[in-house]
Amino acid sequence: MIYADNAATTRMSEAALHTMVSVIRENYGNPSSLYSIGQRAKETLEEARRSVAEVIGADPREILFTSGGSEADNQAILSAAAIGRKNGKMHIVSSAFEHHAVLHTLEKLEKEGFEITLLDVHENGIVRPEEVEAALRADTCLVTIMYANNEIGTIQPIREIGSICRKHGVLFHTDAVQAVGHIPVHVVDDQVDLLSASAHKFHGPKGVGFLFARKGIRLANLIEGGAQENGKRAGTENVPGIAAMAAALKEAAGRMQETAISLTEKRNKLIRGLSGIPHSALNGDEMRRLPGNVNFCFEGIEGESLLLLLDDKGIEASSGSACTSGSLDPSHVLLAIGRVHDVAHGSLRLSIGEDLTDEDVDEIIRSVTEVVAYLRSFSPIWRDLESGKKQHIL
Amino acid sequence: MALYSEKVMDHFRNPRNVGVIEDANGIGEVGNAKCGDIMKMYLKIEDDVIQDVKFETFGCGSAIASSSMATELIKGKPVSEAMKLTNKAVAEALDGLPAYKMHCSVLAEEAIQAALEDWRSREKQS
Repeated sequence: MIYADNAATTRMSEAALHTMVSVIRENYGNPSSLYSIGQRAKETLEEARRSVAEVIGADPREILFTSGGSEADNQAILSAAAIGRKNGKMHIVSSAFEHHAVLHTLEKLEKEGFEITLLDVHENGIVRPEEVEAALRADTCLVTIMYANNEIGTIQPIREIGSICRKHGVLFHTDAVQAVGHIPVHVVDDQVDLLSASAHKFHGPKGVGFLFARKGIRLANLIEGGAQENGKRAGTENVPGIAAMAAALKEAAGRMQETAISLTEKRNKLIRGLSGIPHSALNGDEMRRLPGNVNFCFEGIEGESLLLLLDDKGIEASSGSACTSGSLDPSHVLLAIGRVHDVAHGSLRLSIGEDLTDEDVDEIIRSVTEVVAYLRSFSPIWRDLESGKKQHIL
Repeated sequence: MALYSEKVMDHFRNPRNVGVIEDANGIGEVGNAKCGDIMKMYLKIEDDVIQDVKFETFGCGSAIASSSMATELIKGKPVSEAMKLTNKAVAEALDGLPAYKMHCSVLAEEAIQAALEDWRSREKQS
């Protein structure tokens, strides 16, 4: 089996798994209890907070543990909106290809009277800092732009945007779910005020994540109840998950550079190989993308059937076709970079991990080439394109 | 649980009656690329019997399987019987489709009906 869907989720690292099991087994106390085993759990929790904070350059007090990236996105945006509302500032700037955890939260705020500006991400899938600056108004309370896109892997100019926001005194949130643990993220250097991350994207467990919120930013609760997480997130802490997340992140950060170099090499080989398929195109900027992300569109075929046939060959990947989303529209990300519907339906995302071998890379190129040719052999669209009845787009 | 039934996967992996009939006397094409599914049916009808049927499909697994099953259900049958083909019959023959994929069986029914309609109008002209 070749697993090439690490942007969806990753396999837990041995370090994370070991930490999780040992905490569950031996360190099962409630961190809010005052007896020894409770206090030991509390120590584990705070040690994890220090560890996570250190990796992203934050103060431990600025780290709030959540159930994952979506919760962190919701809380960050709703908190900034609450601050904005109090100050009579009800305008938010974001981009057209954010994750739905961001976009749907913004839609909710729009119904409550906020004005939302979604910036263009252009053909290369990258937001332009000068357009962020131009979109700022006197009543802008928040800019939220993702660190790296989850589908096409393009890395955004976060530092430039952070500096613009700081200059204008506007809060800046970044959904860094695909970035943390994969590329260098530093909240001070990047001038970020709020940042979301999710453990299972960097070989940690599912159901855990964190929100970084710069000191002084008043967070709004999504969950009311006990005084956990400084009163900002009630509910007994997921100590095993949090400890495992910290272990996974520490490990990922420790070998980030070597992993990135090796993945980039394989990524580029995949891009070169798949570019050999006629009438195909890479989605998103070729250089400014995550080390493990490859995303292609192939004309004349549909993504779901491509995925199913690749699965038969032992390759697990994903697509932005409508059929894989349960709606009639293909991925909003591919539409945002200007792919027309016909082409967007024929997309393939390969998000590779460290265990991918050079043989796997060759196998992927061979299999995708073969399956695309097979599906085209009985595609009425392909027939029309080849006969000249329709014009090729790619 | 798997996304699709064994039957769907069988017809998807080994689609029956794939291709083109060069001298077809009934052709129907439905769907559009915008929604992600296009089906094209080719019929060769002689003496009011469907002697041969072939299809081409751009679409997801269930669209390909629905096309394949629909061709199997009408091949060798009299036109009068083929005209009664419903999407329900296609879906049932596939041991069911997920609710949000039922439209694939609808497209298969429509493609067959469009091809039959084309044959009828050609018959009238000649």
